[in-house]
Amino acid sequence: MSTDGRTPADARTPADANGAGNPDAPLLELRHVGKAFRSGRGRKATSLVALEDFSLTLDGSPPRIVALAGESGSGKTTVANLVLGFLTPTHGEVLYRGRPVAQLRGRSGTGFRQEVQAITQDPYSAFNPFYRVGRVFDTVIRNFPLASGPEDARAKVAQALDFVGLSPERMLDAYPHQLSGGERQRVMVARAFLLRPRLIIADEPVSMVDASIRATILELMLRLRNELGVSFLYITHDLSTAYRIADELIILRRGQVVEAGDPRTVIEHPQHPYTRLLMSSIPIPDPDHRWQGRIAELQAELNEDLEVPA
Amino acid sequence: MQADERTGADAEGSAADRLPDDPVLSVENLVVSYASAAGRRRAVDDLTFEVRRAETYGLVGESGSGKSSTAFAILGLIKPPGQIEGGRIRLEGTDLVGLTREAWRPIRWRRISLVPQGAMNALNPVMRVGEQIGDAIEAHDGRQDAAGLRERIVALLESVGLTERVVRAYPHELSGGMKQRACIAMAIALEPALIIADEPTSALDVVVQRAVAETLMEVKQRIGASVILIGHDLGLQAQMVDRLGVMYRGRLVETGPSRELFHHPQHPYTELLVHSVPSIRGGGDDTLTGAARRARELAAAADELAKTGIPTLRLVGPDHWAALP
Repeated sequence: MSTDGRTPADARTPADANGAGNPDAPLLELRHVGKAFRSGRGRKATSLVALEDFSLTLDGSPPRIVALAGESGSGKTTVANLVLGFLTPTHGEVLYRGRPVAQLRGRSGTGFRQEVQAITQDPYSAFNPFYRVGRVFDTVIRNFPLASGPEDARAKVAQALDFVGLSPERMLDAYPHQLSGGERQRVMVARAFLLRPRLIIADEPVSMVDASIRATILELMLRLRNELGVSFLYITHDLSTAYRIADELIILRRGQVVEAGDPRTVIEHPQHPYTRLLMSSIPIPDPDHRWQGRIAELQAELNEDLEVPA
Repeated sequence: MQADERTGADAEGSAADRLPDDPVLSVENLVVSYASAAGRRRAVDDLTFEVRRAETYGLVGESGSGKSSTAFAILGLIKPPGQIEGGRIRLEGTDLVGLTREAWRPIRWRRISLVPQGAMNALNPVMRVGEQIGDAIEAHDGRQDAAGLRERIVALLESVGLTERVVRAYPHELSGGMKQRACIAMAIALEPALIIADEPTSALDVVVQRAVAETLMEVKQRIGASVILIGHDLGLQAQMVDRLGVMYRGRLVETGPSRELFHHPQHPYTELLVHSVPSIRGGGDDTLTGAARRARELAAAADELAKTGIPTLRLVGPDHWAALP
């Protein structure tokens, strides 16, 4: 699978028909976005800055996977929630194809809701445990103009499941609890495939999936990019998977970008002390390459470098 | 691999009486099953392994492999519909299977302790951290004078990198990493011979994970305890353990020195786990596709081997055993 052979999907017409915005605008653009959460009232009110002056442009063509990495509290999930329209920015703008995401969430947002999909960390929570898996697809077929009739719908669902390597016979009548974590996550990828999105927000999609299927899920993300032209915002705390699939890597710390660029360059030649600290904390699966020194000392050095009180 | 026979009477003897190469824990032919609509299902099936003195033994496997049931069985925490159907678990000669609640009291915390998964739920939310540790100490060592107890708690907290301030803190006031450290402090309070750490860092960020892992290894070394590290993160296992056991469908399919298993895995399932961690050293799209294919092949090979019944372990290298035909 070479990176040159990326051919964006051609069958975009239904989504474009009710999609919004300027065709020349980038797929996704965040302009100097800030987000603060306030708590308390009056003089006791405090404000927590979750994200500060964050900018990002995803052209959409060619499709790219942009990884957003950092610890919990670094602001990476805030970015995801802003892009999905679950949060409104305190400062700046979040634009999808040139239009503010806030305007796209409502009735006129059918195109947005089809074109932008989310894959979450815990695939189980995305299912209603009382309904068979098939219902996930029925709902999608009912809400979006994807199929010309029941026959076509069945064929498209089968194709989507085939894409992720699952058998429609076994999956559609099963209940969510009868599936493994990897199968549930692949059903979510199949659902996304069916919708032919242009952008997927993948928030830690492999962190709860068993080892035997982790590489398969990552590979499916690459195939969605290469074969269907899907761009990704890949949110993770795991630099190793970002290294393997991302076209661009952004490292966040306390709501600020500390380093960004080509994943190879960032990981092989980290410039910022925080990136170096993250790198030196990765547990390498080889007993001959154990952690060197003590992390407490490395952290003390970091704080000294950044002149932040410990 | 066999521990010598001991009667209940000398089980309480001091560690000095025993040969240094006596295992701290030996599990022999353990069977744990759960009742379900379709009859009893074995979560742990004919499991045999030992944990040696002062070593860190990794017990790995995917969800449903039986590793957590094994930990629960060792700690005497299997509750109906679960049941220990057979086998022996011996901690420094004391038989643990079938002990009454009363008989467990002097063993838990003092001789064997647990660092649980996701410390968020392990600490009592309405008790200050210091009180909880104090309770654990007093439950075993009897009433202590207040000043002496406080001194002991502060020393324990400091040994895991927490400040005196934490004594009066409630769990919700602590970060995930601090809570996990508090759990480690509690686990070492009575200097047990064996600590079971059940995915102790799974909910933590990578930097905090390393810090907590280092703390666990430091205190373990200081009190000379053995550790069973349960997990599915092979990266963390490679950093921490001396020997490793791989569980698959309730059975142990491979065990041996960590370097042996990482560099010369014999069972397809072990190879699958070892190579499932994406490396930050080399590789691009092509290798990921190759890795995904290889993982599926290995999963199929392990499944195939299991179809005819998983064979018993046989020696395949130095101190290295695998369940291969």
